Amino acid sequence: MTDTATPATNIPTAPRGNNLRFYGMWAIGAIALVVLPLIFSSGGALTSFSLIGISIIFALSYNILLGQTGLLSFGHAVQYGLGGFMAVHLMNAIAAHGWFIPLPLAPLAGGVGGLAFAIVIGWVMTKRAGTVFAMISLGIGELVASSSLILRSVFGGESGITTDRTALPHIFGWSFGPQIQIYYLIAFWLMISTIAMYALTRTPLGRVCNAVRDNPERVEFIGYDPHVVRYIAFCLSGFFAGIAGGLAAINFEIANSAYLGAAQSGLVLFATFIGGTAYFVGPILGAILVTYLQLGLTSVTSVWQLYFGIIFIAIVMFAPGGIAGIVMMHRPLIRAGTLGTVIPAYLVSLVPTLVLALGVILAIETVAHYAESQGSAFSLFGIPFDTGSPLTWAAAVVLIVVGFLVARITWRRVAEAWDRATTVARERGYLA
Amino acid sequence: MLELIVISTLNGILFGMLLFLLSSGLTVIFSMMGVLNFAHASFYMLGAFFGYQLSRWIGFWPALVIAPLLVGMIGMAVERYGLRNTHKHGHVAELLLTFGLAFAIEEIVAMIWGRSPMDYRVPAALDFPAFSVFSTNYPAYKIFMLAVSALVFVVLLIVLKRTRVGLVVQAALTHPTMVAHLGHNVGRVFMLVFGVGSALAGLAGVIAGPSLVTQSDMAALLGPILFVVIVFGGLGSLPGAFIASLIIGLVQTFAVALNGSLASMFGPLDPGMGPSVLTDIWNVTIAQIAPILPYLLLVLVLIVRPMGLMGTRET
Amino acid sequence: MTAAIEIRAVEKRFGNVSIIRDLNLSIEQGERHAIIGPNGAGKSTTFNLVSGHIRPTSGEIRLNGDVISGLRPFEINRRGLSRSFQVTNVFARMTVWENIRCAVLWATGHRYAFWKNVDDLPEVRRRTAEILESIHLTHRRDVPAGLLTYAEQRELEIGITIAGGADVIMLDEPTAGMSNMETDRAVTLIRRLTEGRTLVIVEHDMSVVFGLADRISVLVYGHIIASGTPEEIRNDPKVKEAYLGEEAH
Repeated sequence: MTDTATPATNIPTAPRGNNLRFYGMWAIGAIALVVLPLIFSSGGALTSFSLIGISIIFALSYNILLGQTGLLSFGHAVQYGLGGFMAVHLMNAIAAHGWFIPLPLAPLAGGVGGLAFAIVIGWVMTKRAGTVFAMISLGIGELVASSSLILRSVFGGESGITTDRTALPHIFGWSFGPQIQIYYLIAFWLMISTIAMYALTRTPLGRVCNAVRDNPERVEFIGYDPHVVRYIAFCLSGFFAGIAGGLAAINFEIANSAYLGAAQSGLVLFATFIGGTAYFVGPILGAILVTYLQLGLTSVTSVWQLYFGIIFIAIVMFAPGGIAGIVMMHRPLIRAGTLGTVIPAYLVSLVPTLVLALGVILAIETVAHYAESQGSAFSLFGIPFDTGSPLTWAAAVVLIVVGFLVARITWRRVAEAWDRATTVARERGYLA
Repeated sequence: MLELIVISTLNGILFGMLLFLLSSGLTVIFSMMGVLNFAHASFYMLGAFFGYQLSRWIGFWPALVIAPLLVGMIGMAVERYGLRNTHKHGHVAELLLTFGLAFAIEEIVAMIWGRSPMDYRVPAALDFPAFSVFSTNYPAYKIFMLAVSALVFVVLLIVLKRTRVGLVVQAALTHPTMVAHLGHNVGRVFMLVFGVGSALAGLAGVIAGPSLVTQSDMAALLGPILFVVIVFGGLGSLPGAFIASLIIGLVQTFAVALNGSLASMFGPLDPGMGPSVLTDIWNVTIAQIAPILPYLLLVLVLIVRPMGLMGTRET
Repeated sequence: MTAAIEIRAVEKRFGNVSIIRDLNLSIEQGERHAIIGPNGAGKSTTFNLVSGHIRPTSGEIRLNGDVISGLRPFEINRRGLSRSFQVTNVFARMTVWENIRCAVLWATGHRYAFWKNVDDLPEVRRRTAEILESIHLTHRRDVPAGLLTYAEQRELEIGITIAGGADVIMLDEPTAGMSNMETDRAVTLIRRLTEGRTLVIVEHDMSVVFGLADRISVLVYGHIIASGTPEEIRNDPKVKEAYLGEEAH
């Protein structure tokens, strides 16, 4: 699972030797999914795991577009939301007609919903790539989100459409009422979807998607129509987004217009990009982190979305490969045995960087609390601060300025140490 | 009916000119730098909030000058310290940077000013009816907005035709690849263009703030329409942006003013029918679908003319 | 026998400027044909017209007897014509192996398949390895194409072009920017790889042209002023005046 989507490291002549490691990874993943709720069995943990599972599927489906095919979408929540509505309507229909379709199949309806929409609208949307596709996806997203408020009979207006997941036929004696059963349902679909999406990167289409991402013009001269490639990628991505939406609808027992909206689209973009688009594992890491932060930060600060924005901007500017990119950068160093030479520089720069971050956090929290009620007090990491006192403001400014000035020097040191380490790694033949 | 047409036409042209104030800057920036500035509407919002705050402190007229300058400076800083460093990672990274910025600006504005609408009032000097059409008084402030937009339009035209920077911008519009060969001062030209584009957006915010709603979601509401305008007009085409601005402005304004629905035209459906998609569509008024009309136009133009109205460019 | 490529009365205008005027050219099956001419004569435009990159304003182009003018590049490619680019045009973030393999996939009939494991296709693997071997890049198979040296990228460019097994190969200045040694290597490579196929080549290096081509056409201001064997071209007074007299030494 840590294997790269591109560039391919799993070279065709020597895959057998890696087989054990490769399948071992997947087995560990599967076992982790089964065991996790046994270790962390609180209700809150189960809810978090469920949400994380859903956003992993969603983020991976998004990366079929962004990382694999080079399509930046601002409206990916459309397929997710339509999948959710599709699942809810199917569940209500099953309950009303007494069909014998158990709940675990409902996410499939979500997938079909996302796929159907992508098939209908995708051909026009994927005519062009790049900025135009980004803008069109934004427009289509707004179109569907606004339309959902007009077509009340299908989307239930502002309040959405509710469902009762326990009203479906039970199987294996499971009612799917308790969260633990929903968790295992999500884990099951997570495993299936992840395997399927990983397999997709290993198909002729998956590889040609990479080619379209790198150089759509050249693709036309090796026999492929880039428009068709983008279209199929868009449809498959819509299918998996729909599955994620269907699972969300089962989890919350409701689908509403927020599922389709710009905020949801933005969130999946954040998760995927922060995790890293160049590696299959990237969106998984990103989804875990972003969902975890989302759940954790909301209770700590009222301006958690601002922190998201800042983290995202920092990643775009300084580490466009995302978390996975940062980790993978070190692989040649580990192999060449030069990782040790950069670690001291990392540790040294960590201190001023943390000071800088602390200053930024203090500044944001002070402003936020001051704007709410002037002169109020709040505490940060256990230290009390008074927003009315100039001392608080001065402390924030000093932390930011000093932190930045010192950090800049240490960052330069990191860059130098990095250059030395990679030069050695190159000499030893671990880097091209 | 005639009254409605006259008033809506005036309002539509006004909204269209306002859109053009924004889309012209966006188009010029895109043509020169290849960056679609997602945060453009956020600069417009900053203009409105700065205008509001400065009006309270020092009055509307100084604010009208200072707020756009402030926004322009922020824009230049974004170009200098953000985009220029991101450029090496490609256009997607640049677009993502401005996307993150738009998100952060909205949160910062909400953090400082809250999420409810501001009490940003029309300045007293302009708070009177300019003329009346039939029974409707047309406010002087709207005439002022129209005049400012038209003035900016004329000044821009002169700058484009008569100055050195204008020539560079024009050349960039017609020959996008040429910009790369402009030599070493290209960075400063970019920064200037980005600053001016942001300042124009800020100006649009200052003058639109009192008339429309000044609120922390105003960028998120206007942004997508703005992008529809420039895709609709054809990415990188200034005349296209102008025509598209007016069309979208007029369509939106007329749609909001019209209350008709299929039900009012052809009579209600058989009440025996339960609620369905058909009854939804039958009963919805044109005013209610006004927000989605720009997007419908976008889809239509993409099917008929994938390049947009006057576009020539592939990406 | 039908000509491999038949260009009839083709014209290409950009605005009111004619880049190509009344272009007529016939290239036989299995022939190695070079197009030469001064800079700006329209050589690359001719390539773009034939490969479908741009459409002719008027006139007709045939490939093995079928009209191809007006078709999209991938449709022309599927009919057996493949071209390279003057400016290196590879898939930069993909490895050398992936670059070649992608170019093999359509021709081996796997098209848009998303239900097959690309590593489990023996025919694809065999052909990819074969082409990699023939362009001497086997030792660089796992390097991202963007990190190759210039000469290696040019070889990869040729590899991608021939990988689909097209029987008409068009190479646009394959040796541009190469050292003498690299050029010799590239010429040997081209000669071997296009064995039994039709080759159309645009080249500035006259030693390459005269060493490689069976026939040569001279393009000046979008018009072919002479076409013939190397010997005929060398002795053609029109050519000497218009081209060789000015540029060749």
